[in-house]
Amino acid sequence: MLDSIFQNLFNALQWGSFYSLIALGYTLVYGVLRLINFAHGDIFMVGAYIAFFLAMFFLQGDGGLSGPVILAMVIPLTMILTSVCGVALERIAYRPLRRKGANRLYVVITALMCGLILENGNLAFLGASRKSFPELIDKVVYNIGSISMTNLKIGVILSSILVYFVLNAIISKTRIGMAMRGISYDKFAIPLMGIPIDTIIMVTFILGSSLAGLAGILFAMSYPVLDPFMGALIGWKAFIAAVVGGIGDIKGAFVGGFLLGIVEILAMAIFPSTFRDLIAFSILMIILVIKPTGLFGIAKSTKI
Amino acid sequence: MLLEIKDLYVKYGNIEALHGISFHVNKGEIVTLIGSNGAGKTTTLHAITRVPPPEGSTVSGGDILYKGKSILKVPAHTIVSDYNIALAPEGRHIFGNLTVEENLKLATYSRPDDENQQKDYERVYDLFPKMAERRYQRSETLSGGEQQMLSVSRAIMTACNFILLDEPSMGLSPLLMYDMFRVLKQLNEEGMTILLIEQNANLALKFAHRGYVMDTGEIVAQGPSAELMNNPEVKKAYLGG
Repeated sequence: MLDSIFQNLFNALQWGSFYSLIALGYTLVYGVLRLINFAHGDIFMVGAYIAFFLAMFFLQGDGGLSGPVILAMVIPLTMILTSVCGVALERIAYRPLRRKGANRLYVVITALMCGLILENGNLAFLGASRKSFPELIDKVVYNIGSISMTNLKIGVILSSILVYFVLNAIISKTRIGMAMRGISYDKFAIPLMGIPIDTIIMVTFILGSSLAGLAGILFAMSYPVLDPFMGALIGWKAFIAAVVGGIGDIKGAFVGGFLLGIVEILAMAIFPSTFRDLIAFSILMIILVIKPTGLFGIAKSTKI
Repeated sequence: MLLEIKDLYVKYGNIEALHGISFHVNKGEIVTLIGSNGAGKTTTLHAITRVPPPEGSTVSGGDILYKGKSILKVPAHTIVSDYNIALAPEGRHIFGNLTVEENLKLATYSRPDDENQQKDYERVYDLFPKMAERRYQRSETLSGGEQQMLSVSRAIMTACNFILLDEPSMGLSPLLMYDMFRVLKQLNEEGMTILLIEQNANLALKFAHRGYVMDTGEIVAQGPSAELMNNPEVKKAYLGG
């Protein structure tokens, strides 16, 4: 019994890692722009596809590179290329609206449309057939007691924890990170400090998209079937995780992602699998009803 | 002339807020814009620092010259980083979720990490000992007066040599107000050029070298402070007798 709880918890941490990595991107962009970037789940999908094409490219190359070497190249390249996609989205779609002072509703709808464009662009140009992600590292199973862990699952969990600490250091220690926090409180005063707002926004999209890209690779390695709509539901769920954690707060997104992972896996362990999302979202809804600002969210107060 | 405003027209949407105002500020001067609420004082400062809509306005005519060169088209953040003009805005606009020290550090974004920066921290903590005392505190927990000091401190930390002050006395007790103006005087004596907006015209004219009186988007009187203080019209309208 205890073993099965630990086994489920371990699986939940791995599953929650994907939500956490994606939720961090939602929360970063929301914190800086007060924009719910609904295309973010599809940026995750783009990341998985970029990783797929890079991996295939290196595998078919003449170099005869080994899987781990390829992986070591695919990870940074995917993160870079995915952030290029995220920044392009910001430049092409969001910035013009921001310049014209568009109402937030229009920007959110634009984000939704961008997500649909990415999904259907993929469908149109790459076809409806699913892609299967190549195996880059050999699977190793570790058994501790009766709990079985794979190297990949451990890697996923450690990556998301490492990412959180690095991101936290950037946000809390660097001047760019301070500016990102500052914007969320008072956008007006940012240029008055000599800070170009567009640069801060660009960095935000780079950070968020590169994490989505990383989630894309790890997800593709864990569940090696890619399709154009793979980012839609997981994106929605990660967004909900970010809100439950307290959107705008990176600790909230991180914890919220793991919380959703745990709730889903435990629901599946106890009830039939068709109950998973029903139970998971009911619990999240109860959390929000009790604390509408999310677990780590705080209501902003102003002093006159 | 350090700053020259030439026949400036400004609009919010379709509503004209400034109807062709002209004034100038010389290096090392303290100049004040006085006038009642809605006269266009804040609008003028926002036009200089290029605050974008919706808070800001659009310039529809005239020019703003810094050392003879137009700064009407430059990106907003370069007013601080390249032209060293800082604004301590009305309502303070501090970053309440950051500590006092982080607020100050953010203001150094565009300047190199060097000795001068270190000296400016010391200078700020020396001018406003309260800031040193509260440096690790979240700034939204500061009192209104302390937030005002932080707003001015932050402007100093940008390495500006020209500071625009929008109602620095607002929300301050008489004692703190006296303190604030003592510090501002000291800054000026050390070489800082100051453009001050005040509703408290008495205070502003005592403090400034020259003044301009604004009324509904126009400049209606100007001159050395002493002259304005004795101008019967100004006395009647703004100095309470």
